[in-house]
Amino acid sequence: MQSLQHKAAELLGSNRASVVIGYAEGSDGRVRPHFARTNDDAKALVWDQRCKQNLAVYLTKHEIKEMGPAAIIASPAVVRTIVQMASEQQFVRSFPITLVVDNDQVTELNDGPSLEAFATSHPVLFPSHVTKEVEDLAAMSVADRFAFWQEEFSRCFKCYACRSACPLCYCTKCITESNQPQWVTVAPHALGNFEWHLNRAMHLAGRCIQCGSCTLACPAGIPIALLTIEASNIVQREFGYQPGIKADAPAALSSFRVEDKEAFIR
Amino acid sequence: MTSTTYTLTHDNLNALLRALVAAGKQLHAPQRVGPKVFFKPVNDAATIVFDYVQTAESPKSLLFPKAEFLVSYRQNSEGMVVTDHLQKEIPEMILFGSRPCDAAALSRFVQFFADGHADAMVTQRRRALTIISMSCIASDPACFCTSCGSSPGDTTGSDLLLTPISNGRYLVDVVTEKGQSLVAANEALFEQAPTIVKDSYLATVEAVFTPEEITKRLATSFNDPIWKNASLRCIGCGACAYVCPTCSCFTIEDEGNDRTGDRLRCWDSCAFALFTVHTTGHNPRPTQTERWRQRVMHKFSYLPETNHFLGCVGCGRCSRACPADMNLKEQIIAIAELLPAIG
Amino acid sequence: MENTYKPYLMRIERAIDEAPGVKTFRLAFANDDDRARFSFKTGQFGEYSVFGEGESTFCIASSPTRDGYIECTFRQAGRVTSALARKEEGDTIGFRGPYGNIFPIEAWTGKNLLFVAGGIALPPLRSVIWNALDLRSNFKDITVLYGARSVADLVYKQELDEWGKRSDMKLVTTVDPGGETADWKGSVGFVPAVLEKMAPSPENTIAIVCGPPVMIKYTFPVLEKFNFTPDQIFTTLENRMKCGVGKCGRCTVGPVYVCKDGPVFTYRQLQSLPAEY
Repeated sequence: MQSLQHKAAELLGSNRASVVIGYAEGSDGRVRPHFARTNDDAKALVWDQRCKQNLAVYLTKHEIKEMGPAAIIASPAVVRTIVQMASEQQFVRSFPITLVVDNDQVTELNDGPSLEAFATSHPVLFPSHVTKEVEDLAAMSVADRFAFWQEEFSRCFKCYACRSACPLCYCTKCITESNQPQWVTVAPHALGNFEWHLNRAMHLAGRCIQCGSCTLACPAGIPIALLTIEASNIVQREFGYQPGIKADAPAALSSFRVEDKEAFIR
Repeated sequence: MTSTTYTLTHDNLNALLRALVAAGKQLHAPQRVGPKVFFKPVNDAATIVFDYVQTAESPKSLLFPKAEFLVSYRQNSEGMVVTDHLQKEIPEMILFGSRPCDAAALSRFVQFFADGHADAMVTQRRRALTIISMSCIASDPACFCTSCGSSPGDTTGSDLLLTPISNGRYLVDVVTEKGQSLVAANEALFEQAPTIVKDSYLATVEAVFTPEEITKRLATSFNDPIWKNASLRCIGCGACAYVCPTCSCFTIEDEGNDRTGDRLRCWDSCAFALFTVHTTGHNPRPTQTERWRQRVMHKFSYLPETNHFLGCVGCGRCSRACPADMNLKEQIIAIAELLPAIG
Repeated sequence: MENTYKPYLMRIERAIDEAPGVKTFRLAFANDDDRARFSFKTGQFGEYSVFGEGESTFCIASSPTRDGYIECTFRQAGRVTSALARKEEGDTIGFRGPYGNIFPIEAWTGKNLLFVAGGIALPPLRSVIWNALDLRSNFKDITVLYGARSVADLVYKQELDEWGKRSDMKLVTTVDPGGETADWKGSVGFVPAVLEKMAPSPENTIAIVCGPPVMIKYTFPVLEKFNFTPDQIFTTLENRMKCGVGKCGRCTVGPVYVCKDGPVFTYRQLQSLPAEY
């Protein structure tokens, strides 16, 4: 922890970063996102198993961007997010200074190759129950799976915490916010909820880096990450594409290769 | 009319709940879904849970569904015909297991919709609803009801309030005539109570501020840097508003085509960037700073000024639900500690 | 109790193209009972709807002195106004209202009225202007200053001609520099600058100002310069609305709901509110 705080203070002191995005102690034993801009702020930084919510979501937030160059304390999921965002041209000039912590050792990842190398050597690790839930769902009949999601989505009230917590949901205008035409029904009833969650899953298929922040954020306790995890699994199986690994890889679902099995585009 | 009290055994309470289900009443009670507890319609009284501090979602949807039909329209040979959903009968509903803060919140919620231009739908639903609340014998650090005009044994807004006392029994406060008639209809299950002081059974929730001091502070803190600092980590979702028992903002949307369809109202939130945006693109609340300030000001300054009640009952749901740990209690304490504006 | 959200059915009696993307509808009640019980006062607004598309908020642009119909003027911008713009004479739309407070025109008896309007913000003032003209003897001088970006953008062109010819009122029209045509006979210049040249007297005068935010921002100081007090200046606000009756929470400016406490405010009232409009 101390080396992390020192590193943050050093980055701020040398003006290489105007803000270090990390975690601090929160309320009631929780941690919370923390934006260190001074030496004192840096002393509040913490890093442990509780730091699960994906901080990369703040890299595209207006109020954070206007602070100036950012450094971010990154879990493997955040590193994958940054690589994926880079492959989608989200960093025009340079990458954020990405700090990874291992055994109280802080390492800076500042370019594509070092981010890619870290992402490759730190594969996605789900809690075992998530792997099982993904498998169980895949093994269900279509009718059972439909019933499962119908029950889960019945609690959705469209607070869009899943969208807000997802760093890859960075569209400045979400499809749900467009009403000419009205692509997604506004109301949080059965149809409107299915439309939203299917759109979300399809939009993140092959892009979801499987951090699970959407599920963590959902106040209704809906395990929505299962949808995008499975969608990314399918894309990997069908197209051999894994998001968050290559900073210059063309997106699986919006690019074309001659050897693709679908012929419609030829 | 907090006058009559009874006691009820846990077995008799279960018998009462079973009887209500058997009588075809629409009973909504706390049930577990994964690690969280939600108010859900009860088919089998055995699924009702009792060991929870607070449900994840408030019971407000019984008065204010997350999506509700306002009118339907249909083009026929005579022209357009608009029908009114008010005429449809609302089934008799019973809410069981709401906390005293929830019942207090619902009474403010009903008051808000009755004030000024009265809302027929909310009024009609409250009439069809009987509220049997359960006093709190436990709290958690997010709770702050006693700072917001409620308390673990507050009877406000409930029709009946049950307080767990010793030996698996409940003390029953009969708060309204509706509560009295429910007791009367199931008289055999209730026993006349000896004098019992329920306070000793209730959870202790320490008061951390007074609404008056907050309202006073807020009057001079509109331009304070506290809003920007506090809202930096807010990710702009509507989780806080949607789990809140007093948040009542909504949108109105049409579904259908030009010949047939429905007009609905759906929950909406002041945290969303598009909530206030004009057609021209101008947004009176352009960043999360203004939107977070609006949420706090509305509850702790504007509603006390215009409707004479606090827009928060300290149930703590928003703090528990927030993905970014925007802890309302902590933020309100920080406002209380602000220095008064100079000059 | 009644369902607030059940709209009146209104038949479009007349549709007028005012300016590029701007239309006026004259609306008559499809149901005689509705017509009989409906009344409004100047300054109020309503929710106009196209079934299947939704509702949109704008003022009632006609005067309450003209019985039996209401008029609205709107710019085609979002989903609902685009759908409205596709409607034709004889079509049916929905309307609920009237909502909001009013211009206190009865309290203005015996006063001079100075109207200052810009662009598509003339409609709310048009209601008051006709109301005052129809009760002409109640007021002293009536002056209207109206500006738009270009000649084409001026709305109510026929009425502007009519007002220009009347001897019992004064009309000044202006267009932004570059917006004039070869045969333009009005002024050229921004509304606040033209107003400054007019040097209005605050003596026994009420100023009613409505326009885009930037026009308002520069017009109030001109009026203050000529010693208008904040109580002498009225305007209407247009925040986004859904319900129109103080419930949906969208149009609030501090503790005030534009829909029920407004839309009409004095400049003094605005000074005590946060600038969230």
